Amino acid sequence: MANPLKCDLCSKPATVHLTQIVNNKVHKVDLCEACAQAKGVTDPSGFSLADLLLKASLNPEPSITGVRCEQCGFTPGDFKKHGRFGCPACYDTFKGLIEPMLDNMHKGVTHTGKIPHRALERKSLYDRLTKLELDLTEAVKSERYEDAARTRDEINQVKQTVTQKPVR
Amino acid sequence: MTIASLIDSPSELTDSASSKTAIVLMTRIRLARNLAGRPFPGWAKPAQRAEIFSGCRAAVAATTPMKRGLDIEISDLTELEKQILVERHLISRELSGAKSDAGVVINKDQTFSVMINEEDHLRIQVLRAGFQLKKAWNAINELDSALEDVLDFAFSPTLGYLTACPTNLGTAMRASAMMHLPALVISNQMEKVVRAVNQLGIVVRGLFGEGSDASGSIFQISNQTTLGESEEEIIKRLGSVLQSITEHELNARGKLLEADPAKLFDKIGRAYGILRNSHLLSSSEAMNLLSLIRLGVDLGAFPDANRSVIDRLLIEAQPGHLQHAQKREFEPGQRDLLRAVRLRSEFANFTHPDFNFSNGKN
Repeated sequence: MANPLKCDLCSKPATVHLTQIVNNKVHKVDLCEACAQAKGVTDPSGFSLADLLLKASLNPEPSITGVRCEQCGFTPGDFKKHGRFGCPACYDTFKGLIEPMLDNMHKGVTHTGKIPHRALERKSLYDRLTKLELDLTEAVKSERYEDAARTRDEINQVKQTVTQKPVR
Repeated sequence: MTIASLIDSPSELTDSASSKTAIVLMTRIRLARNLAGRPFPGWAKPAQRAEIFSGCRAAVAATTPMKRGLDIEISDLTELEKQILVERHLISRELSGAKSDAGVVINKDQTFSVMINEEDHLRIQVLRAGFQLKKAWNAINELDSALEDVLDFAFSPTLGYLTACPTNLGTAMRASAMMHLPALVISNQMEKVVRAVNQLGIVVRGLFGEGSDASGSIFQISNQTTLGESEEEIIKRLGSVLQSITEHELNARGKLLEADPAKLFDKIGRAYGILRNSHLLSSSEAMNLLSLIRLGVDLGAFPDANRSVIDRLLIEAQPGHLQHAQKREFEPGQRDLLRAVRLRSEFANFTHPDFNFSNGKN
């Protein structure tokens, strides 16, 4: 780590060293982590990702370029710039952009590893609770008191199952 | 625990050397995790980042393994302290450059570290001396499950754990080993090894990861892909690659000893001479010399107990540690002087190499 090279763009210590051969000429670029990321050349995703991005920009899917993530406002243009997505929901929004990349990027396209069972269970309980509470309001509003009583009992039952509240 | 007491207390990395860590110095696994419904750190607005940081920080610090550990925001660390944590592989260079609302929780023996608001909300890491992939996986799996009890992680049944960069999707796991491969380097076989393991989806990098050089013949070897395979499958594949690299290294050592022992002994003997007598030593020269002494220990030219001295020096001869020992910052040129002073004094008490060992001890 002695005498670190300086980043060609911002003169911070360079940690990414890229050698490219263009038209039989050798081009050497030294970048810091931040600039490399901004330019999308960071290892390990770097080479393949840059490649993929290039491919994606060569064949832009018109249906996707105009889309914006409803959750976080992210656009495909932002992805080209940062090489990272905005939020978990982006993976749904930009499905069409991501799916063709995954094939080249990974060994498979479907997750076969660990599943956060406890978190998923908790989420489904919360979803159920939200739905029951809506049902209850609805039943009270339309004066279906027997339904309302049954829904309330169910809510109490679900609430007993939920012992821990997530911190977030 | 404060940063000062963490830096001065014994750690897994600097105090666990034994014959078991001869070729695989350490094993490391990291998992990336993000909160559901929250923007990733690089895209979050300052207020969101702050909220995510404090929520995650409290949750991580409350888990059993992290109790009484160090729990700190990056902006509360000095440049030198950050550098020391990078040199110990406890935080990334990226995190050390974070301006606000980013931090790390590290346990007492420095085997676990959880970075918050790095590229992902959480980067959970476990570090174990030697070749311990399975133990490391069990340990990190347990910590991850404990966190799952209190945090809602972003997860998709098809894409697995959702991460800021699509290259980490799925298991979001990177398992790696730090290997000392001097004979493969001396006999110019590293390039061949790198190409061969690349075909198996395994990547080779320098000691400090992306873009760093491999001074000291120390390499980081890890899985490239994360989606389409389970954690156990990735670990099994990496484990067998590590085993075969270890065999190649041992073969290369055997061949060097057989073909031209004088040449090898000369390298080790000269390294010993320079470490004992030099007055200016750059970081990478020191690493390369220490690497040769380490090879000498493995071969039996120095007592086995000296391996731990070398392994500690591999970390403590780094610029951050060196300056910390002097309690102030120095220019690079002055550091080379300090480094030589430190190594001269360590090697003054070091036994002379004895090359009359029986061949094939290793």
